[in-house]
Amino acid sequence: MDVLMLSRLQFAVATMFHFIFVPLTLGLAVLVAIMETLYVRSGDEEYKRMAKFWGKIFLINFAVGVVTGITLEFQFGTNWGVYSKYVGDFFGSLLAIVATTSFFLESTFIAIWFFGWKKLSPKVHALCIWLVAIASTGSAYWILVANSWMQHPVGYVIRGGRAEMVDFWAVISQPFAILTFLHNVFAGYIVAAFFVMGVSAYHLLRKSNVSFFSKSFRLGLIFAVVFTIGEVIVGDFHGKYMAAAQPTKLAAVESVWETGRGVPFSMLVIPDEENERNLVEAIQIPKFMSWLVYGDWNAEIKGLKAWPKEERPPVTLVFWSFRLMVGLGFLFVLLALIGMVRWNKLESSPLYLRVMMYSIPLPYIASELGWIVTEVGRQPWIVNGVMKTSQAVSPIAFSQVATSLVAFIVLYSLLGLAAFVIIIKFARKGPEAAAA
Amino acid sequence: MLETIWFVLWGVLWAVYFMEQRIDLGVGTLAPFIANNDTDKRLVYNSMGPFWDGNEVWLITAGGVTFAAFPTTYAVMFSALYTPLLLLLFALILRAVALEFRSKETAEGWRKFWDVCHFIGSFVPALLLGVAFANIFQGIPIDGDGIFHGNLLTLLNFYGLLGGVLFVLLFVVHGALWLAAKTEAPLSSKAANAAASIWLAELVVAVIFLVATWFFTGLYNNYLSYPVLWLIPLITVAALLAIRVFIAKEAWWKAWFASSLTIVGATLFGVTGLYPNLFPSSLNPAYSLTVFNSASSPYTLKIMLGVALTFVPIVIVYQTWSYFLFKDKVTTEDLASDEAY
Repeated sequence: MDVLMLSRLQFAVATMFHFIFVPLTLGLAVLVAIMETLYVRSGDEEYKRMAKFWGKIFLINFAVGVVTGITLEFQFGTNWGVYSKYVGDFFGSLLAIVATTSFFLESTFIAIWFFGWKKLSPKVHALCIWLVAIASTGSAYWILVANSWMQHPVGYVIRGGRAEMVDFWAVISQPFAILTFLHNVFAGYIVAAFFVMGVSAYHLLRKSNVSFFSKSFRLGLIFAVVFTIGEVIVGDFHGKYMAAAQPTKLAAVESVWETGRGVPFSMLVIPDEENERNLVEAIQIPKFMSWLVYGDWNAEIKGLKAWPKEERPPVTLVFWSFRLMVGLGFLFVLLALIGMVRWNKLESSPLYLRVMMYSIPLPYIASELGWIVTEVGRQPWIVNGVMKTSQAVSPIAFSQVATSLVAFIVLYSLLGLAAFVIIIKFARKGPEAAAA
Repeated sequence: MLETIWFVLWGVLWAVYFMEQRIDLGVGTLAPFIANNDTDKRLVYNSMGPFWDGNEVWLITAGGVTFAAFPTTYAVMFSALYTPLLLLLFALILRAVALEFRSKETAEGWRKFWDVCHFIGSFVPALLLGVAFANIFQGIPIDGDGIFHGNLLTLLNFYGLLGGVLFVLLFVVHGALWLAAKTEAPLSSKAANAAASIWLAELVVAVIFLVATWFFTGLYNNYLSYPVLWLIPLITVAALLAIRVFIAKEAWWKAWFASSLTIVGATLFGVTGLYPNLFPSSLNPAYSLTVFNSASSPYTLKIMLGVALTFVPIVIVYQTWSYFLFKDKVTTEDLASDEAY
């Protein structure tokens, strides 16, 4: 353990905890906005109650997301000072842009929305939640542009011992960034869809507020069908782009050791990192991996051995995270399609409802696994091909980082526990009774 | 030139952040001393309800702009001030979630726990921000590689602590005036009394601070070279005195605006004296980080200037609208609503 390893652990703790709250914010904002729009258009009070009920959960979740986001921003300075100096042109400006264009909009209008039911006309009020939804999706875009630049740096020159920006447009419009953005936003929408369906299933199983939760469930279900299928398509494109930009990450993701043409895809693989091979490679589809990655049955895929050991990412963690994420992704499609098939008899499908209730955590897990693939798979680089993670850390003392890491874990556990207790309480309690 | 424009923007953004968050932190520091029962406490929390999220974003923006315009300063400042900065962030987290979580459960232990968290989360940042900025004014022991030679105790020197105390007092008066304007009697009169008596302490410490600044820092050099700059401290002191005049007239909003002006003026006073330094070294002036040796590329500075000059005014417009929308006093009736904290 050294300052580098502790700083990486601390960043992992802070980011992964933050990303428990972000996806639900992204998706639930849009769902609540749709609910309120339905209310404004139809005048049906039940949609208003839906917007209020899900909005309350949204706000608790949002608050934890905001405060844990602040520590993330400042950690680039505290722990990754050398990196911050080197890439300030890019990373600093994108963070400043996200704050001025999106965070302000999001946090000001969610408060106006939450406290302004009686102060604004229904249309202006609905506009507020749409602004929140647009701003949170916008914030995801800018942050992911910044992250994509670390995966696939463009629009820069190395000058005066740092990376200087020469083409802003290239940075914000590169396809890698757009695909990363869509991949993440769809993940957020899936998290929210499964959250709404899961909580609704809990109430439908208990026959409480049946009409209210039937509508909520079906809204979540439509969302789930669209975005689980969308995610498979976007994920495929994203993977192909990643293969071109980060061939070492691709090799780790698929645990390919030897370079070859017409590489088969194995359903069952167990990597053996120490001996640079796979312990098991079974149930093979010939040439399928070459086709998956390049759309060409005979395309060449570079194996991990094509790079020296110190330039490869950790294989086992990246490989399993990726497999599990993809498996979950297909499971989500299946669960959504089953729901569509049973559309008219959802309320009388206790087994399906129970499965959906217990599925709430799964999209969260898939999202975190995706980030493990993205970030661990980029190692040993912090900016792919430009700067190594080991060169990026601040000149700080071991004791400082050790203390702060412990403090992070204690504080975030407390925070997570309290948020969990309160969200569960409000989710179980159900909506306020309709006005007589 | 571009660097100097960014320096001014940088100073203004921090000043606005202090002005906005001083409401929350001041209110939170004062709360346990004037709010004795659960109703009063909830009135206090709800007076901040619609604003705290937006106020917090000013910190993200001030930090983000430091990173974008002066990345070397951002990196060195935050690594050198590692421990106090993380303490500050943890405290801010506690404060924000305490506000959000506290009234969601009725158990007395739960509420007490978050009340304590809210106080710590308000008082500690108030103090630390003052200590940090006062230390920046007098210089930080950093070497040519930006490595910090000292520890948390190095920062707790006389001038640093004086800055901390001044900040706490500025915050508390500001928060007290906010409560006087935003709540009804008896809470508002308790807040008004607190504002009046703490104002005197604020005045005394402000005078000591201004004198100490002469002996401990080089801030006045810029003022001696460009006498027109004296307007900044003069307006600040005038605003500080105006607070008392408006308190006597029970014009709480006017007093609160005077207090906002005091805070902005005090920040700009320090920042103007600092120029061209952003993070001066106390070991050797050659090690100091200035607007010239720590700025981003001119290309980035230009793009960011366009972004800032477009979006910050828009932000100010809609945040002002939200303040007007929720300008009414928080009453006990509001506490019955489903949305109340």
